[in-house]
Amino acid sequence: MLKNTSGGNGRIVGGAVIVLLFLLPLFLPRFYIYLISIILLTGLLATSLNLPLGYGGIFQFHHAVFYGVGAYAAALMITKSGLSPWVGFVVGPFAAAFLSLIMGLICIRLSKLYFGMLQISLGSLVWIIVYRWYSFTGGDNGIHGIPVPEIISSQNNAYYFTLLVTLLSLWALYKIINSPFGSALQGIRDNPVRSGMIGINVKLHQLMVLVIAGFFAGVAGSLFIVVDTAVFPDMLFWTLSLEVLIMCLLGGWFTFLGPMLGAAVIISLRTFVSGFTDYWTLPLGILMMLVIFFLPNGILGYIQDKLYGKIAEQAEAVEQTDLAQPAVKES
Amino acid sequence: MDLIYTIFSPKLMSQIFVGLSRTVILFIVASGLSLILGVLRIPNIWHGSLYMVGAFMTFTISGAIGGGSLGFWMALFLAPLGVAFVSLIAERSFFQHLYEREHIMLLLLTFAFSLVFGDLVKMVWGMEYKSVPVPRVFQGSVHLFGGLPFPLYNVFLLGIGPIVAVALWLIVNKTKIGKISRAAAVDREMVGAVGINVSWVFAFVFMIGCLLAGLGGALVAPTVNVSLGMDHTLIMEAFLIVIIGGLGNIWGALLGALIFGLAQSLGILIWPQFGIVFPYAAVIVVLLLRPTGLLKSTW
Repeated sequence: MLKNTSGGNGRIVGGAVIVLLFLLPLFLPRFYIYLISIILLTGLLATSLNLPLGYGGIFQFHHAVFYGVGAYAAALMITKSGLSPWVGFVVGPFAAAFLSLIMGLICIRLSKLYFGMLQISLGSLVWIIVYRWYSFTGGDNGIHGIPVPEIISSQNNAYYFTLLVTLLSLWALYKIINSPFGSALQGIRDNPVRSGMIGINVKLHQLMVLVIAGFFAGVAGSLFIVVDTAVFPDMLFWTLSLEVLIMCLLGGWFTFLGPMLGAAVIISLRTFVSGFTDYWTLPLGILMMLVIFFLPNGILGYIQDKLYGKIAEQAEAVEQTDLAQPAVKES
Repeated sequence: MDLIYTIFSPKLMSQIFVGLSRTVILFIVASGLSLILGVLRIPNIWHGSLYMVGAFMTFTISGAIGGGSLGFWMALFLAPLGVAFVSLIAERSFFQHLYEREHIMLLLLTFAFSLVFGDLVKMVWGMEYKSVPVPRVFQGSVHLFGGLPFPLYNVFLLGIGPIVAVALWLIVNKTKIGKISRAAAVDREMVGAVGINVSWVFAFVFMIGCLLAGLGGALVAPTVNVSLGMDHTLIMEAFLIVIIGGLGNIWGALLGALIFGLAQSLGILIWPQFGIVFPYAAVIVVLLLRPTGLLKSTW
């Protein structure tokens, strides 16, 4: 009963937020629209990471490589092939998903920390190739001035496009998590041996979730081209992967919207801090330490604990008083 | 005779020696990382920053003592100790509270430390390149087969490598604390149950591992431009070496460093632009054949 009403409230609030997001360009200056676009696509990246990490319990340490490869595949398709840019935007995510499949096939044999380390090493190989192959990828300069279709080239339209694609992707991810597949996944996270015993193909499920996560990371990478019209090798460097991991942790990695919230907090903070100092990694590091020590379930996880904890307590208290004084309830 | 000369051309031989001296640095850093991973199960990303701090400390100390040979030797002694001291404080005040938590939290904490130290180094030493002079004894070069010059300092490095390896082996296998730490790596609770303070054993191992990072930084300082960002590539290389060697295995770290260093130097000979890709490709090949590393892992 209580859960239902809070779900209803959630729907109303969510609807209001979406309407607000669509109205923002009417009254916000250009810079903030750009910022929110970046938050949205980075939030999508973090949410896609949370699928294997929070729901699958897989140590996906190098997620940025799929983001970067998605972006590079789209950028190279657009600049080298001469086909419509839309083709590039479709190719990007599929290239990322394909890479994710290959890396997944290699890494999936190992578990936990070993998986994560092997993934970081494979990702570094991809990074170094992109970084050194000047004639093809532009090396450390990256690729700039990528032409995007006329209709989404203005900043507001790029924003609307990003918003629309992000919302659709989030909806798809939400559906995946709440499908039988998602339940099986969380079962595997909590107890892989038992899940295997009741007939779930553990490795296949893990591989599938890696491919799905890689695909949506590629979507985020393609969106970056729409917003920024550029790609550079830092997009697939391992430090970005860990930053995205921080976003998941900060927002709360057992919650669906946590990573998006974490992305919003960290990117806003970076913009704010860079206004008056060159030092950004120092405050980020300190923030991270605080989160690790004092907020291990993240912001949303903390709120959820408080909220449901309180409700559960109240329910318990009500039950107890009911049992103690049944007569009072009559009046 | 001609054939032998072509195969073992002076250029190739000198490249091999360059690779071997690189191997020494990689081994020293990676063995520290491997020790921490094997005993404490911490994937210590901070390790790279400590290597960088070691190099910068060497610059400062050798400059403060006049920049001569004496300065360098003092720096080689003091910089690793300074790094070890910093790591001990960090371990006692932060890391020790997280051992019961998930690996990923420890990984993120070490990453947080590396972020903080990246900026601290920038604050203390600034953005410019620093260079540390080679000590007078090792200035100049020797002539190897066929007359290609080879820096004397690298010969010194080649001598240091085996010394560190043997010293580390002696500490881990022959001393009491080494034996305790190996036992703690296998079963922490059991070691605690027989009345040993495991917490301080862990602190000791962490400190030794970080000392090696500082030593690597101090040794590499005269051969490179000491600069910001030297931590980022190195830590990745050290991780790869530890993985292909087998997590926690010191000899594995040596083998991995050998593969990595030689692949790098020979790769440059074969294909200059993509020389740096070769070690990574070698890593992939090794991992496809033996996904858990070449030698036995302590995990």
